[in-house]
Amino acid sequence: MIINEGVVMMSVYDLKPGQTALVSGILGDEKLAKRLRALGANEGVKVRVKSFAPLGDPIIINFMGFDLAIRKRDAKNIVVKDII
Amino acid sequence: MVVLDSKRMITAALIGNPNVGKTTLFNLLTGLNQHVGNWPGVTVEKKEGFINDNVKIVDLPGIYAMDTYSNEEKISKSFLESGDVDFILNIVDASNLHRNLYLTMQLKEFNIPIILILNMVDVAEKKGIKIDYGKLSKLLDVMVVPIVASKGKGVDKIEELLENDIFSKANHDNDIHYQNDVHFKSEAETYKYIEGILSQCVTYTSENTVTITERLDKILINKFLAYPIFIAIIYLIFQFTFSWVGQPLADLLDSFVNDWFVPHINILLSGANGWFKSLIVDGIIGGVGSVIVFLPVILALFLCISFLEDSGYMARVAFLMDKIIRKMGLSGKAFIPLIIGFGCNVPGVMSTRTLESEKDRKMTALLLPLMSCNARLPIYLVIAGALFKGHEAVVVASLYALGVIVAFFIGILFKNTIFKKDDEPFIIELPEYKLPELKSLALHTWEKGKGFLRKAGTIIFSVSIIVWLLSNFNFSGMTEIDKSFIAGIGRFISPVFIPLGFASWQNSVSLLTGIMAKEVVVGTMGVIYGGNLTKILPTVFTPISAISFLVFVLLYTPCISLIATMKKEYGGKMAMFSVTYQLILAWLVSFIVYNGGNLILKIF
Repeated sequence: MIINEGVVMMSVYDLKPGQTALVSGILGDEKLAKRLRALGANEGVKVRVKSFAPLGDPIIINFMGFDLAIRKRDAKNIVVKDII
Repeated sequence: MVVLDSKRMITAALIGNPNVGKTTLFNLLTGLNQHVGNWPGVTVEKKEGFINDNVKIVDLPGIYAMDTYSNEEKISKSFLESGDVDFILNIVDASNLHRNLYLTMQLKEFNIPIILILNMVDVAEKKGIKIDYGKLSKLLDVMVVPIVASKGKGVDKIEELLENDIFSKANHDNDIHYQNDVHFKSEAETYKYIEGILSQCVTYTSENTVTITERLDKILINKFLAYPIFIAIIYLIFQFTFSWVGQPLADLLDSFVNDWFVPHINILLSGANGWFKSLIVDGIIGGVGSVIVFLPVILALFLCISFLEDSGYMARVAFLMDKIIRKMGLSGKAFIPLIIGFGCNVPGVMSTRTLESEKDRKMTALLLPLMSCNARLPIYLVIAGALFKGHEAVVVASLYALGVIVAFFIGILFKNTIFKKDDEPFIIELPEYKLPELKSLALHTWEKGKGFLRKAGTIIFSVSIIVWLLSNFNFSGMTEIDKSFIAGIGRFISPVFIPLGFASWQNSVSLLTGIMAKEVVVGTMGVIYGGNLTKILPTVFTPISAISFLVFVLLYTPCISLIATMKKEYGGKMAMFSVTYQLILAWLVSFIVYNGGNLILKIF
């Protein structure tokens, strides 16, 4: 869970493997945010957590039809809503 | 009559996302007619090739967008803005048009005609993706060419376009105009626009079948199997390189040089002066030859690495190792060059090119020489065999481990000093697995071999001559090695080694010549101690000074091949820094080992 301006939000980090949710926005480091948005992680896009690395970090997420490995710390910045 | 002179060189920029078959297409279009260099000022590979005398293709780095602040993007952008680009060849993955077209939309902003190359249309078809090429072309306002690069299908069409149509640019200005008239305020808006286009010309018939990639990933990055499989693959690569193919070929080459080439040269030079013969045989052939024989090892190693890279497994290695290597401020990808370093540091440093950030590349290159390469093994074996009979394995294994441990701490030190930057966020696409193409592998491997040969022909050639001069001459002319310049130098520097317990001009000279290639240390010792090292060394070293010497050998300055590679890849400053910091590091660690060891012996 992340708390931003008093509002509790859920991020990709909070999803369990196999769970899918809709992206609602990206926080944090502008460079990473820009990259993720350029890759298609924009509002309303489905993102699914596929699996965790054997050591627990990074994790593999899937959106726009491809797999992306991302560190948990960075995954916290992908805010999601509506777990499907 | 055609006036050939009026044809000017056409430059096409090849650009696309990573893992969409860009390199394969580049190789198909240009074959061996290509040149690899660096973009000025950065360690990003610049590849240029020619289709024929009139068409040049510049392979730009694989990127997802133009504006997310990476070096690769900056290079691509400034190249496209340079005014030298006549056409953009934008290669995209037909089965993932959605994301790929994002870059295309940004490319349109440059107002350069674009040929959109849809690669892997066969894969897309298998996935049930149907694309109306004509409509796509019309909606995007670019030329569209569907191809299957891995099978060479459709590539002739691109060649045809580049060779013919382009020369008469004026003729088809009617059906191809390239003034961009759509601009976007945000990524989301761009994607919405792309979606709008795709909904009109792409249909999906089946969805979400379990792919081969998913099945392979279930095994290769499985919680329990991932690391054993990784270790097994590394083991196989080392077997291939050092037991099955590379080393046997190297041995063959070695015996060719020493048993055939040298005797023949000797016969050829039988009438020549003694010094001239010695210069050619001991100096040049001895020096360059001892390095050239590494070529098969380097080629074999690179063949394996290219295979792993092209297959998609390398991205998984980065994923698996990220958590471990992150402690040094590096990303998972840096693990691979370090592993290669155990074989030979030179291809290790060469492969740091594949890393994403400049910081990762430099830091990995600086840590690489701490990985105990194969050339150091003979020294360990000879000295351990003489002083620690029966315990060689423990000694050797400890040295390898020490290298890794030291690298780990130096990594943390660098992270907090010279490379003091925030951890860059780590994201890496895990591409679908595919069987690498032979042609790509061969070209890639050959490219590395060529670079190595060029180096051997220049730097190593001149250093060989210098070392030969120094070890055969003094001010009064030609002489024995113990009276030569190099012995003088050895006597001059040996006091430095007094606190380390192995000061003697012979050891100093051995270490000096070891800069040529680490295994030369043993050869030099053989020459200047003149006899059976197993008997002599125990009279020269105590067990503790021997360990101290071995630690020094493990850590001190990289060999000349590596210094040259470092200079080529990262410039003179980095090469100098690498040499300096390692000399200091080696001295310090040896000092601790020698004096600490003696102290412990005294206490017990």
